[in-house]
Amino acid sequence: MEFAELIKTPRADNVVLHRPFHQAVEGTLCLTGHHLIFSSRRQDNAEELWLLHSNIDSIEKRFVGSLGTIVIKCKDLRIIQLDIPGMEECLNIASSIEVLSTLDSVTLMYPFFYRPMFEVLEDGWSSFLLEQEFELLSSVTNEWRLSYVNKEFSVCPSYPPVVIVPKSIDDEALRKVALFRHGGRFPVLSYYHQKNGMAMMRSSQPLTGTNGRRCKEDEKLINSTLRSGRRGFVIDTRPLTVAQQARAKGGGFEQEVHYPQWRRIHKYIERFNILQESFIKLVEACNDQSHNMDRWLSKLEASNWLTHIKELLTAACLAAQCIDREGASVLVHGSEGTDSTLQVTSLAQIILDPRCRTIRGFEALVVREWLQAGHPFQQRCAQSAYSNSRQKWEAPVFLLFLECVWQIHRQFPCSFEFTEQFLIMLFEHAYASQFGTFLGNNENERAKLKLPQKTMSLWSWVNRPEELSRFQNPLYEANSLVIWPSVAPQSLQLWEGVFLRWNRPSKFLEEAEKERISIITYNKELQARVNTLRRQLAEMEVTVEMLQE
Amino acid sequence: QVEQVKLLDRFSTSNKSLTGTLYLTATHLLFIDSSQRETWILHHHIAAVEKLPLTTSGCPLVIQCKNFRIVHFIVPRERDCHDIYNSLLQLSRTAKFEELYAFSYNPKQNESEQVKGWQLIDLAEEYKRMGVPNDYWQLSDANRDYKICETYPRELYVPRTASKPIIVGSSKFRSKGRFPVLSYYHKNKEAAICRCSQPLSGFSARCLEDEHMLQAISKANPSNCYMYVVDTRPKLNAMANRAAGKGYENEDNYSNIRFQFVGIENIHVMRSSLQKLLEVSGTRGLSVNDFLSGLENSGWLRHIKAVLDAAVFLAKAIAVESASVLVHCSDGWDRTSQVCSLGALLLDSYYRTVKGFMVLIEKDWISFGHKFSDRCCHLDGDPKEISPVFTQFLESVWNLTEQFPQAFEFNEAFLLQIHEHVHSCQFGNFLGNCQKEREELKLKEKTYSLWPFLLAEQKKYQNPLYNPDSSPELTLLEPNTVSFNFKFWRNMYHQFDRSMHPRQSMFNLIMNMSEQNKQLEEDIKELEAKIKQRNRRSDVVLVKEQEQTGHPAPVALKSPPCFQKEQPPMPVNDAVRTIEGSNTADNRYSELVSEFSKAEPAIVSLEYGVARMTC
Repeated sequence: MEFAELIKTPRADNVVLHRPFHQAVEGTLCLTGHHLIFSSRRQDNAEELWLLHSNIDSIEKRFVGSLGTIVIKCKDLRIIQLDIPGMEECLNIASSIEVLSTLDSVTLMYPFFYRPMFEVLEDGWSSFLLEQEFELLSSVTNEWRLSYVNKEFSVCPSYPPVVIVPKSIDDEALRKVALFRHGGRFPVLSYYHQKNGMAMMRSSQPLTGTNGRRCKEDEKLINSTLRSGRRGFVIDTRPLTVAQQARAKGGGFEQEVHYPQWRRIHKYIERFNILQESFIKLVEACNDQSHNMDRWLSKLEASNWLTHIKELLTAACLAAQCIDREGASVLVHGSEGTDSTLQVTSLAQIILDPRCRTIRGFEALVVREWLQAGHPFQQRCAQSAYSNSRQKWEAPVFLLFLECVWQIHRQFPCSFEFTEQFLIMLFEHAYASQFGTFLGNNENERAKLKLPQKTMSLWSWVNRPEELSRFQNPLYEANSLVIWPSVAPQSLQLWEGVFLRWNRPSKFLEEAEKERISIITYNKELQARVNTLRRQLAEMEVTVEMLQE
Repeated sequence: QVEQVKLLDRFSTSNKSLTGTLYLTATHLLFIDSSQRETWILHHHIAAVEKLPLTTSGCPLVIQCKNFRIVHFIVPRERDCHDIYNSLLQLSRTAKFEELYAFSYNPKQNESEQVKGWQLIDLAEEYKRMGVPNDYWQLSDANRDYKICETYPRELYVPRTASKPIIVGSSKFRSKGRFPVLSYYHKNKEAAICRCSQPLSGFSARCLEDEHMLQAISKANPSNCYMYVVDTRPKLNAMANRAAGKGYENEDNYSNIRFQFVGIENIHVMRSSLQKLLEVSGTRGLSVNDFLSGLENSGWLRHIKAVLDAAVFLAKAIAVESASVLVHCSDGWDRTSQVCSLGALLLDSYYRTVKGFMVLIEKDWISFGHKFSDRCCHLDGDPKEISPVFTQFLESVWNLTEQFPQAFEFNEAFLLQIHEHVHSCQFGNFLGNCQKEREELKLKEKTYSLWPFLLAEQKKYQNPLYNPDSSPELTLLEPNTVSFNFKFWRNMYHQFDRSMHPRQSMFNLIMNMSEQNKQLEEDIKELEAKIKQRNRRSDVVLVKEQEQTGHPAPVALKSPPCFQKEQPPMPVNDAVRTIEGSNTADNRYSELVSEFSKAEPAIVSLEYGVARMTC
């Protein structure tokens, strides 16, 4: 298919661009296969807007006489309006955008066409290999091993080819356990707590069914992570009733009889369309400037968004608490183990592991606990809050995770190497990107699409020094402690950087942020200068003494 | 003194507590826990004491403070508890002004310092700064002996064309004699903010002098032919007042006025709104939705928005239309003070400085007779007079500081400290309900002024980001009052609930850094001077050396081996970098530990970051 066929009007002049809190700009609009490009004709202050078609969530058109207006709502929640003279041009452009922003085939997406303008210093596709992770692990414990049982994706289609499992469990046993777990997602190591040697594992629900099937290998596998005489905790992200109902469909939960050393805790985390609805309601509330106070607060409440944030943080704190304070191993799962499970395990690591609060460590966490662990990004992030096509599998699961990290970040602003901007950048790229990183639903699909060969990795770009410096938190001071956030409603806030980003004037806030950074930079310069001078002075004194001798 | 008293954690679900000794002094309640940490509570800060039913561990005593601190003690013996309860009731309810702390507080200042302290804020100076008196405005001596209006100050500025008979006539037509006077004058626009109380218009009464008075105000502004009259009450309330012979201006009777209601609720609504807010925020195990719906039902943020919206209206009338504005409510000392002072704050960057903010409070609140003693319940009095009107003013200012982080010289701590002392009765400034009362109490001789003490510790209240010149638009603040900009002021209502705040404060960090930068600049100067000096000396030595040896000495300063080691870097202020609440003992999560081992848990639930096991 040629993109040119889809673009009947590739260019329109005298188009006026409207954005909230900006003056309207007149300019030329161009459509390419992957971008909508707007450039103002003003020589003095040429302005360009490049918008990926894949970033467009929905488009509306209306006409007043022959003047057409297109309202474009983006996945990053921005809304822009284009006034296009000429009914035909406007209709053509609108229909092109509609088609180009909803291409079915992954291989037509921009990452397959994107040619980077920068030199690749490090190929991001191989920056975070589980083997490296395992090397670190084996320097502190020898209770675990790498297993290639899933090399051909035959044991579990949504798992990566390599996983870390208890050393005492062989591949044969893993195959049996996989048959006992939903989607073949047998328990694997998610995090090892060096401080006390406790482990956090994740999996999917066991397939106990109504007649209480059991699997000796499964019991053996998870028991092998327990110290003798100690107990562990299974954190089930479904309420008990849902877990019980799941038995009718072949699913289920670990029964006390067969797992006597494990205590099950049901900590409900909302999922799928409920989250998507919540997301849509929140964005609606934030986009309506006319709400009076009561209406705004009740809309905010009705969205339930902050409730989800609180529940999620609470569950993560609980998991972290079991590991760090109780000295117990933990197994986390819900039904499929691809959504709420990953939210809990990755947030618990943010709380527990200082390494995950560095830029590199956080990237590794996203790769390990989200991409490799098989969170179906392509399904979940296909549409954002403005889309009319409400599919069942769309859900802002990853965005919720990022927001929880942001909430913790706000409470511990010096403990993270990255800034809020880094989290926002990840949100944007998860929904629309020139990079191939978030394409596909699991490693299996990515391998089939040959993403590492055909597309550029987000990490190749982010980890270049000039990009990294944009995301570095000037206040960062490595903090080796466990950081426990407060989850009181009074301590939680709306993530303004995402939800109010386009809805309020940000000039003064940005200037203040600049001033903040300049104080910090100046402080560092001064300290360096003082140290140099002191050294110089000391050296001089010695020289003088030597000369005097 | 009572020993073995337990201080409970307010939001803890398990009964975690600190054990210590409780002392009652003449002015304070003091609790010292086993690790010698002290909690001081001023008796005047106590809003309510409550004795709860006896429990197995003792008799619970809950003390609520006006600065929103709530402490929960458990006293082992009921008799002790009863004694403390009675003492606190007596101590916290003062009947006479002379018994307030301010009259006994002695900060070790001599008399001339005391006098100078009171002279720090000079309102005559402030009117001069605004540009009055001038061709249009003059100082009136009509109220010099408080004969026309008891609750106004002696010095009042009125239009030059307003003769004494007009003033007297107008004052008789205004509730409590509070006739229209100047509150703020905008030099560039030649427009004024004036204030008064409601007219005694009833259904049809009119007063020619009052009509003249308004015309005089309108004429005193050469750049505009009309003026606004802003009634800050909801229309319904104003209409109801007509039945009592009061009411609002009839546009037909006054020439060239544009009349406007802005709908801020009265003191009673505000009081119960705050009450509801505190009930919600004080709930244990609060869910997000209960919090948000509680916030909504309390109406608190709606009221804050209404106050700020009114101030924006004022600022726009003056800045955009160059129109003068006359503001009133019922008596003109609550809502009128809020709106006039906030309007001036938006218009004039001087009021956003530390000193200017003090001036603003002295002018629009203290001198114009906001009834601080009644509203803050300094003396045991009518509970219906209590209202958080001034707190709302501070909260509105805080909201502005959030939107304009660089426009204010002071920081949040300054606002909180002022709030603290409005209720503390430690200084004389806020005692009494009007200037006349303050003079009768001889406050300037018998008590001290708060402002010099705040100025002395100004460093603590400095906003490190303050940059009034950063953008010229900042002279006039145009806040965005869309609802989502208003936030719950956690640092005010949970100031003493440490676990709710960020464990690392970005703000303190920046503040300390900015402070440290000044010190470092000094250090650098000093070091450079020393190096210069040394250079000169070593030159001398070098010359000598050269003379002696005839060899040129190595001029390049190569480090001798013993100095190749890095000098230890400048110690960073350690206090800045520590993480509050991240040590295990300090964190509520630790409660889980003991409970886990106690019983076999069936369900673990987490509330407020506190894990609780129910068996």
